[in-house]
Amino acid sequence: MAPRSEPLASGRGALDPMLPRVARVRRKRRDAPEVWTLDIEIENGGEAEDFVFTPGQFNMLTVFGVGEVPISMSGDPAESRRLIHTVRAVGAVSAALTDLGPGDAIGLRGPFGVGWPMEEAIGRDVIIAAGGLGLAPLRPALYRLLAERARYGKIILLYGSRSPGDILFRHEIESWRRSLDIEIEVTVDHAASDWRGHVGVVTTLIPRADFDPLHAIAFVCGPEIMMRFAIAALRKAGLNDESIYLSVERNMKCAVGLCGHCQFGTVFVCRDGPVFRHDRVQGLLALKEI
Amino acid sequence: MEGLERIVKEHQFFAGLGEEFGNLVSGCAKNARFDAGQYLFHEGEAADQFYLLRHGGVAIELSAPGRGAITVQTLAEGEIVGVSWLVPPYRWTYDARAAGLVRAIAIDAACLRRKCEADHDLGYEMMKRFVPVLVQRLEATQLQMLDVYGAPV
Repeated sequence: MAPRSEPLASGRGALDPMLPRVARVRRKRRDAPEVWTLDIEIENGGEAEDFVFTPGQFNMLTVFGVGEVPISMSGDPAESRRLIHTVRAVGAVSAALTDLGPGDAIGLRGPFGVGWPMEEAIGRDVIIAAGGLGLAPLRPALYRLLAERARYGKIILLYGSRSPGDILFRHEIESWRRSLDIEIEVTVDHAASDWRGHVGVVTTLIPRADFDPLHAIAFVCGPEIMMRFAIAALRKAGLNDESIYLSVERNMKCAVGLCGHCQFGTVFVCRDGPVFRHDRVQGLLALKEI
Repeated sequence: MEGLERIVKEHQFFAGLGEEFGNLVSGCAKNARFDAGQYLFHEGEAADQFYLLRHGGVAIELSAPGRGAITVQTLAEGEIVGVSWLVPPYRWTYDARAAGLVRAIAIDAACLRRKCEADHDLGYEMMKRFVPVLVQRLEATQLQMLDVYGAPV
């Protein structure tokens, strides 16, 4: 059974979860090659509408005439009128999303799914292990952790990227590092000799991190194979499966657990996830068939 | 010498080594210091020492035509630099550059190999410590080669 239950589409009131609302792109900036961050506002009679979400939840974004894709929120959950999504152009819809500019209209359904267990992290060391674009769904959790800093033990961000040029939210990471509220280690898979940071996969940062495994919780997001290795390293460091959460991505369509496209063994990623406690999905992660 | 023995035995890599083996390893050890940018060793040179890092980081580099030096791995305090001393032909297959000031313990590889040949219990103890490092670095390399961040998350 699910360790937690949250509404499928919180913050939507009585609206039909299948009916997109119209939103407009307000700002767009490039974060890495082929990765763009879009600031979006939902319009309601000309006024910007409040939008409440839990870190780790996602929206279904529609580019009219092209299609719809699930994209996690990557902005601050405290900013209820400014919806931020970070998108990599990998397919027809995501490429069309990154081609949009300020003033362009998109469709939006959401928020959907179960997010990061922020309440369970209270009083514990929090390890955030992110790989590549996986930092985007974790950024709202980081905003929340830092906004309520006194409620948590150590906060440790371990982030792996392909190369220095692919590091997301670089200025923000530097700003967080200067604040001393969080320990941050960034590594890249390869770099020229002028790079002064770590080189190697993100999993190599885990044994070097200083945290109390008996009182720690880990949030992991990245390519699935990176998450498998990261989870193995976290377990080796002493965390149990009940303290490791990961965000799983599958082919989500309806986003409300009806169509079955994102079925992952006995769960639906859109409805029961995308964030799962590791013990709930560990047997499924290594199955090639799903 | 007593200070060096203590440092070797207290180094993370040799934790729990025991008095007898600790003394044998320490007999092959000496202090080493490298300034930022200085090379610990170069590709093709004899792998006649390996290093226990006590302070600072080391960049493992490979050079490619037209691309210059590419850093493929960085090693930090508490880790070891160099495993090529374990297997013939005992030559480095990459360059190792001090990323900043590095303080390390250099272990004379020929000295330790001789002691391992003479005392197979010591040799087995060394293998038990080095094989996990080799496996961990192999797994990390496999993950690096997959270029996982090139695919959508």
